[in-house]
Amino acid sequence: MAQTPTADWILNKVDENFGSDNKIIVSEMVIHGRRGSRTIKSKSWIQGRDKSFSEYLSPPREQGTKMLKLEDQLWTYTPSTDRTIRISGHMLRQSVMGSDLSYEDMMEDPKLQNLYHAQIIGEEEFLDRLCWVLELTSKGEEITYYRRKIWVDKERYVSLKENRYAKSGKLLKTTEVLEVFKAENRWIPRKAVFKDVLKKGKGTEWHILSMEFNADIPDHVFTKASLRR
Amino acid sequence: MMLIPRLALRNLLGAGLRTWLNVFVLSLSFVTIIFLQGMYSGMLRQVSDATVDAEFGGGQYWQANYDPFDPLSLQDAHAVIPDSLNNLIEKRKATPVLIVQGTLYPDGRVMPVLLKGIDPNQSFLNFPSKSLAVDNEELPVLIGERMVKSTNLRKGDSVTIQWRDANGTFDARDGRIVEVMSTIVPTIDAGQMWIPLQKLQEMMLMEKEATIVVIAEDLEVSDNVAGWSFKDIDFLLTDIKQVVKMRTIGSSFIYVFLLFLAMLAIFNTQVLSIFRRRKEMGTLMALGVTRLQLIRLFTLEGALNGVLAATIAAVYGIPLLVQLARNGIGLPGDFMDQAGWAIGSRLFPSYGAALVLGTTLLVLIVTTVVSYLPTRKIAKLKPTDALKGKLS
Repeated sequence: MAQTPTADWILNKVDENFGSDNKIIVSEMVIHGRRGSRTIKSKSWIQGRDKSFSEYLSPPREQGTKMLKLEDQLWTYTPSTDRTIRISGHMLRQSVMGSDLSYEDMMEDPKLQNLYHAQIIGEEEFLDRLCWVLELTSKGEEITYYRRKIWVDKERYVSLKENRYAKSGKLLKTTEVLEVFKAENRWIPRKAVFKDVLKKGKGTEWHILSMEFNADIPDHVFTKASLRR
Repeated sequence: MMLIPRLALRNLLGAGLRTWLNVFVLSLSFVTIIFLQGMYSGMLRQVSDATVDAEFGGGQYWQANYDPFDPLSLQDAHAVIPDSLNNLIEKRKATPVLIVQGTLYPDGRVMPVLLKGIDPNQSFLNFPSKSLAVDNEELPVLIGERMVKSTNLRKGDSVTIQWRDANGTFDARDGRIVEVMSTIVPTIDAGQMWIPLQKLQEMMLMEKEATIVVIAEDLEVSDNVAGWSFKDIDFLLTDIKQVVKMRTIGSSFIYVFLLFLAMLAIFNTQVLSIFRRRKEMGTLMALGVTRLQLIRLFTLEGALNGVLAATIAAVYGIPLLVQLARNGIGLPGDFMDQAGWAIGSRLFPSYGAALVLGTTLLVLIVTTVVSYLPTRKIAKLKPTDALKGKLS
């Protein structure tokens, strides 16, 4: 009988699957609002946890808008106003374009193993995939979501579903991965739905159109000057 | 000595309708100036009293990072209450308030909200904090009527509140609306919820911390405490005073215009009077009246317009203004509320002695000056030319 891996081992595999030092991602975000849906296409350059640069490619109204994240500070540039604005602290928790994702949610790329104690609490099937259910509890005090619950595909070691909880235990946000694809020997979510559970609405869909790992990203991309280029 | 005043009054009253028209227009200026000034004075007094009563107390100590105009400052605007302020709190001469940002989810909608923690047993700020003294596990919440309008929450309703504690970790709980307060002070109502201080401190992991400490009105303090700066009532009311001052200055154009019209009428009357009474002036000079006495006579005639106007203004103005001060002036809907003013539905003008006397003096002086200006011609008048009907 095969040995059940430990929760830490599973978490490590999940982090390995998705984490890397550098990534270039082209994605679409479909925001379902009260008056209809909008699709925003963007390209992101990500380095570790602290550096990220995104540019909106469409629709025309958003095209050219850029965001640069350096540690806990965020700058946005909008071509219509030709201004760079710094968003920090509490403003990072604001919703991006009215979606169910905050700026912080969008910009984070955490290594879960560093942040959480993990425990296997069961096995379940999700979208016809057998999954381990892991409960993650914050290791430190400065973690945004105190507790998470993730459903990890037993074969592919990709998180297919995630619940994020407040300290009180109240469910705050859910993520469901509806489609995955294989790239460079890794399984990556292609389509996911984020939902702020406390809010009414259908949530926000995120589609990854392409992803490049360990990409060569010049340092100048992560500077404020690149916002105006 | 009494001849000139008696003569001036007789001449003035003898002019009949012309005099009464001038007097009436000038009396309108009196009443309008006093009314408008009284209205702004009353506005300031009402707003100040209500805001001091419900929010400012006798002044506030602000944590060094606190800036009420910068919501981003709230993240760092809290600190352990120093011993000197704790002493005042224990003597019930001060009360701490912790202010943090949160998010409210009324019926699935998202709303940013300020969470304000206050001691339910505080007794010198005039709002129903005692309703928060609930002894159970629930999170009691006190909101105002403006929040009810924007959230559709009612007393007894439960609502989810989310916040981030001092370490940045998300937390959320359901709170129960235990009371809806009716207050004319929008700055303790709109966009905020009040919860017991101790509970908020526990939720935020900010034990014994506060953002501001409100001092009782009967306490005189002025010293800053390390990490906290004292803001007295004058400072806290600065914005309100400046807005009232700006409106007062704005309305002064009305005063100037009304006075200008009245003075124009008086000036014209004086010029006409001097022109038409040349022979009379010549006769008076021939009888021994000096030029100076003539100038005094005509100036006094003009100035008496002001005195008559003050009298007429008192006759109809006093009952009108007293009635308005007593019953107030009804304000449309939530007009003042939308402007952020703690006035309520009625505005009560306030007229001080300085206002009435000052206005009276101003009008009399201006009337006298305007009455004198045309009389300077008399200084060059030759009696012989005057008797012939010339004005040299």
